[in-house]
Formats: sequence, structure tokens, C-alpha cells
Amino acid sequence: MTDYLAGEKSGSRPAQDAPEFQAVVKDVNARVAKLLSINGTKSPRYYHKALGKITWGQCGMARDKAGLEQAIRDLQALRDDFWKNVKVVGSGEALAPELERAGRVADFLDFGIMMCLDALTREESCGGHFRTEYQDAGEAQRDDAAFAHAAVWEWQGDGQLPARHIEPLVYEETQLSTRSYK
Amino acid sequence: MVQDNGKEPTLALKLRVWRQRRGQPGAFEEHALPAVPTSASFLEMMDMLNEQLIAQGKDTFAFDHDCREGICGMCSMTINGMPHGPIPGVTTCQLHMRNFRDGETITVEPWRARAFPVLKDLAVDRSAFDKVIQSGGFITVRTGSAPEANNIPVPKPIADEAMDAAECIGCGACVASCKNGSAMLFVGAKINHLNILPQGQAERDRRTLAMVKTMDDAGFGNCTNYGECQAHCPKSITLDVIAKLNRDYLRARVKEFFSSTGKPSKGGD
Repeated sequence: MTDYLAGEKSGSRPAQDAPEFQAVVKDVNARVAKLLSINGTKSPRYYHKALGKITWGQCGMARDKAGLEQAIRDLQALRDDFWKNVKVVGSGEALAPELERAGRVADFLDFGIMMCLDALTREESCGGHFRTEYQDAGEAQRDDAAFAHAAVWEWQGDGQLPARHIEPLVYEETQLSTRSYK
Repeated sequence: MVQDNGKEPTLALKLRVWRQRRGQPGAFEEHALPAVPTSASFLEMMDMLNEQLIAQGKDTFAFDHDCREGICGMCSMTINGMPHGPIPGVTTCQLHMRNFRDGETITVEPWRARAFPVLKDLAVDRSAFDKVIQSGGFITVRTGSAPEANNIPVPKPIADEAMDAAECIGCGACVASCKNGSAMLFVGAKINHLNILPQGQAERDRRTLAMVKTMDDAGFGNCTNYGECQAHCPKSITLDVIAKLNRDYLRARVKEFFSSTGKPSKGGD
């Protein structure tokens, strides 16, 4: 980052009447209206806790294929339930902590699914990201042939699974090696 | 206190909590919580109250919070008349319910000060503090790469004193506890933190004059040595930072007077 932000000239932000800005305002207002209109029975905090329980259990330090697949199904069901049964008190016109929380939890639900999908796709163990199927006498077993890359996930719209993009890690001078903790 | 075998003791509490919409008069609302675990923090107790209100279809109480580990300066409730509650040297998030009695009525209010208008319920607008910091709570250095730390020797006693002042988390409890609504403990801590370090010398006088002016313009009162701020500061900042602020302010004013050319200042010291 270094002086990336310091060099930012004041007044260089896009104007508020830019079409991109207006589109975001419209999206945000629609989302706020939707969250406030559901008027279900469960609080945003209920979903936050349920989400935490699933990801902590199935996408923690040690995870496996079956658990991650189950977690994705559970999170999709929880996300569907959220958008049908969440209860958000307050209004979009004043400070509304529950609306803020609901917005964050909605994001976390999408992000939790992506995180489990990423862990599922990565069929190797790498450091603390331990897939129990991929181990060598209790040590994390990397698969550099298939996974020597950095990956990002791209948002594909509400309710859609994100798309994965990779950038290969190419080393010209050094050789990849595995550290032994024994 | 109800105590089952092997179970955590709980408290039955009555709460009088301030309810206010921005720009409108406020009032206390009374609520009861039947079983608050004694290990809950004060903010967790407020979370329980809010969950109960959601279940009843009522609006929750807005309150500020962030790190919940006593370092961010966001939590800001006046509890039984005391900013951050009855335990010295802790923020509201680090105050635990074991410090209250079963059956007790607890009164919860926002910070009350003219310079901190209520946004909603227990949340107040503390941007006046941001303005004070923006006016002088910094040193000007080129960004991009950190300079070698050992280039500027700092004597250990000075470093310690600056660190003590830098403990201030800018929560505003000093203002809320003061009869005059004075922010001088906060401004004193920030001035002391920067003005005694070698790195702070270049802008010392300018900083002091600007921060004091911004503080006065924001509507904070003056210090008359009640010492309430020191008693309620969650970081135990002491009144001597105010004495040092006054000293630095006098120094800067005198220097300004004798160096005045009658032309507007270019901003140098």
C-alpha cells in the first residue's frame, strides 16, 4: 500500500450523479426495503449465531469433503430462511442497529458459503487449512501440481454460486519445498 | 442471586433505559430481564434486552460498541449516573454483571453533553472529538516508508509519559462526567502525547492553539478542577495532562504574541 492513499487527490471521487453511484443507491435502497418488509420471527443475531455454529463446526481448522458439502447445503437453507423469516426492527430513515446487523449477516451468509466452497475446492491441506483426507502421517499434505495458484471468487449475483479465477504461482529461481515439523 | 447447582448464578434486573429520537425529547423506558448471567458484560446484557425487545416486536435500543475489549473507545453509556459504570478504570464493555445485585434497578443513559448530541437512545454523535483530532492530533511526515525508528532517540521517561497520555481512547467519558462538559482531559492527553515527543516539536505551538480553538468552537466547557473526568476515565488519565495543556497553551499564545507581524500566519511555529 505504502503511500497509495496519501497520493489520492481530494475531490477525485466520482460524482454522486454518476450512473454507477445511482445504481448502487438504488440497489441499497431496494435491499433495505426488502429487509424491513420481511417482518418474520427470528432476529438477525439468531442467524449470525446459527451461521457461526455451522462454519465453526464444518469449516474450522480441520475439515473434510462430506462436512463441507453439508455446510454448504445448511448455509443455503439458512440463507433462504433468513430472506423469508428475519425480523428487522427500526426504519431505514434513522439510525437502526438491527438493520445494520441484518445487512452484515446477509453478507456473512453469502461469504460463509463462498468460504466453504473454497475449502471444498482446495483438495489439499496447506498449513492450518487442514483437509483431513489429505495428510501424510498427520502432516498437512500439499498438492502443488494442482494447487500452486492464488484463487479469487467472483460474485455472480444473489443466490448464485460465485465463480473461481486463478493466477498460477510461477517460481523461476526457487523450488517449492515442504517444511517438516518433525 | 439465584444459584442452581453447577449453574452460573443469574440476576433479575429492572432497567430504566433512555429512549430518544434525534432532535426530539427523550424519556426513560422501564424493562425487566429475569435471568442475566453474572459473567455477561454490560453490553451483552443490553444485547439480551434488545433480543427480548425484538421478540416483543419493539424497537431495540441503539448503543455504540465495537471491539468489546476496552480499547476502541466506542462504548459510551452512563450507568447509574456514572460514565462507564461504577468500577474504576474500565469501559462499559469490560464491566461485568457480577458487579450488580439481584433485584437491582439499573439506570442507563447516553453521554450527556451539549457537544455530543443524541443520535438515538444511547448513541451520541462524538464527531466533535474527530474535529479536534483533525485540527492537530497528528505529526506531518512523508508517507510511503517508515523512517528508521532509532534515528530519533527518545528518552525513556518521555516515552513512558507519552505512552501514558496515548492510552486515551477518545471515548468522551471525561466530557460526560464533567459539570462543565469540558473536554480538557481528552485534549490534554492528546496534546501531551504529541507535544513532549521529539517528533511532535515541529508543530507543537500550532497544534496546541488549533486543538484548543476547535475544542472551544465545538461547545465544550472549561476545566474548573472538579476532577470528575479523572475519576471516570476508563484509562485512568490524570489531571496533570490538563495542567500541561494549560502550560503549553500559554507558551504558544505568548510566542504567537511576540512573533506576530500583523500579517496572517503562514502556519509555521
